[in-house]
Amino acid sequence: MRQDTRVKLEIAGVGHSYGDLRTLSSLTLAGEAHEVIGLVGPSGCGKSTLLELICGLQEPTEGTIAIDGGSAAEARLDRCALMPQRDLLLPWYPAIDNAALALRNQGMKRAEARAEAAALFDRFGLGGFEAARPAELSGGMRQRVAFLRTLIAGKPVLALDEPFASLDAITRAEMQEWLAAALRADPRTTVLVTHDVEEALYLCDRVAVMSARPGQIVAELSAPHPRAEDRDGAVTDPEFVSAREKALRVLREGLR
Amino acid sequence: MRRWLLPMALIALLLGLWQIACSTGAIADALSLEDYLVPSPTEIATALWENRGLLAENAWVTLREILFGIAAALVVGVGFAVFMHRWQVLRDAAYPLVVASQTIPIVVISPILVVWFGYGLTAKIVIVALICFFPITVNTLDGLRSVDPESVKMMRSLGASPWQRFWRAEAPAALPSLFTGVKIAVVVAPIGAVFAEWSGSSSGLGHLIQSDTAYYLVARQFATVVVLSALALILIGLVALAERRVVTWR
Repeated sequence: MRQDTRVKLEIAGVGHSYGDLRTLSSLTLAGEAHEVIGLVGPSGCGKSTLLELICGLQEPTEGTIAIDGGSAAEARLDRCALMPQRDLLLPWYPAIDNAALALRNQGMKRAEARAEAAALFDRFGLGGFEAARPAELSGGMRQRVAFLRTLIAGKPVLALDEPFASLDAITRAEMQEWLAAALRADPRTTVLVTHDVEEALYLCDRVAVMSARPGQIVAELSAPHPRAEDRDGAVTDPEFVSAREKALRVLREGLR
Repeated sequence: MRRWLLPMALIALLLGLWQIACSTGAIADALSLEDYLVPSPTEIATALWENRGLLAENAWVTLREILFGIAAALVVGVGFAVFMHRWQVLRDAAYPLVVASQTIPIVVISPILVVWFGYGLTAKIVIVALICFFPITVNTLDGLRSVDPESVKMMRSLGASPWQRFWRAEAPAALPSLFTGVKIAVVVAPIGAVFAEWSGSSSGLGHLIQSDTAYYLVARQFATVVVLSALALILIGLVALAERRVVTWR
């Protein structure tokens, strides 16, 4: 069930607490349709919590989060797909069934769901690995299956939680290029949480810098060359380098 | 090779020592017993062969009690574990009872159960099921609870209903633990079956051991014990084989 992907994301005055622990405070952020927003910030500043709120897995203590105008948790759950930090592929299913999980959850027959997922395997550099078990895949491939699983759900908003944090530097750079291409081909309104300022500036249109807990947005920077085909060129461009320096400066200030 | 050879060598050594101790009369003398009360391995082997028909007949009776009992424990135990997993209230209320149920010695209640359910198969099934219920239930519940909470969030975000989460994520994750429970059950089930037969029966390996006591047929009693152990070992082997077939991702 593919939904129209041109939807806006509006986060207004959101606060959140786990008991006495205040995780987010009057956080406001808006995303245009098909915009990719990066969230960077110190560890424990509530980035992952914010993603869970966006996805409708939790409700904010204060404020509202609306996707395409719908602010109920069910509406968000229905319109946003979460890609967690670890790939969390189910080890008992082959890659193809992991990718097709959302389709099966929608009630699609196994053969039909597999056919739909298989059509995307080549494009995701996974051709020939349909029947492989997760344990037989490399880290990069596992992340690609996990991303495909998120994308195939057909939801207009993607919430990506440090998708490449567990990968080595080279695979990570490759995966960034790959994700950039995937989002160029199939654009979605996306929120990407990362620790890596360079990754955020390369993959996103705009990067929001969060303060330490309780997290709020302390700066928003626009990226000079979002998802450029030539990644190496883009990240060494002086404009990019100065944006990165600026982001790091804001991050450091936010920590004080 | 080494895995098999070393235990085999040890068994051979122990049997050899036993044989020598019997043929010299050392054990019988030490315990001040008649020689026929301390059968040697060869005498036990002879008893095993000569009574093969009788042993097979009774082994079948006991095996049926074991299998039906384990099957009943599986149905009730897995069902109970699933309900306790789904409903926190039920788990909080019932878990202490499940643990407490294990503290009741089966020897003590099996005569009562025989009074209730009679001398037939039913009482045996109930007793074997009771002894198997705990390892199956507790292990299955632990397995269900071992699911990564992040996986549950991921499944929710991908639109999974509670039952889809159960069948696609939780149940498969619990399978290895379930098999652990069944392996323990298979080991304790013959004990339950023997106690059940001692509490009142007219056939089965436990019954045979008991009735042979009256005639001092010690060699045949040992032969019966061998058959009982072999039964348990075969069952463990079958469960391990099934586990390898089913849990292919480990």
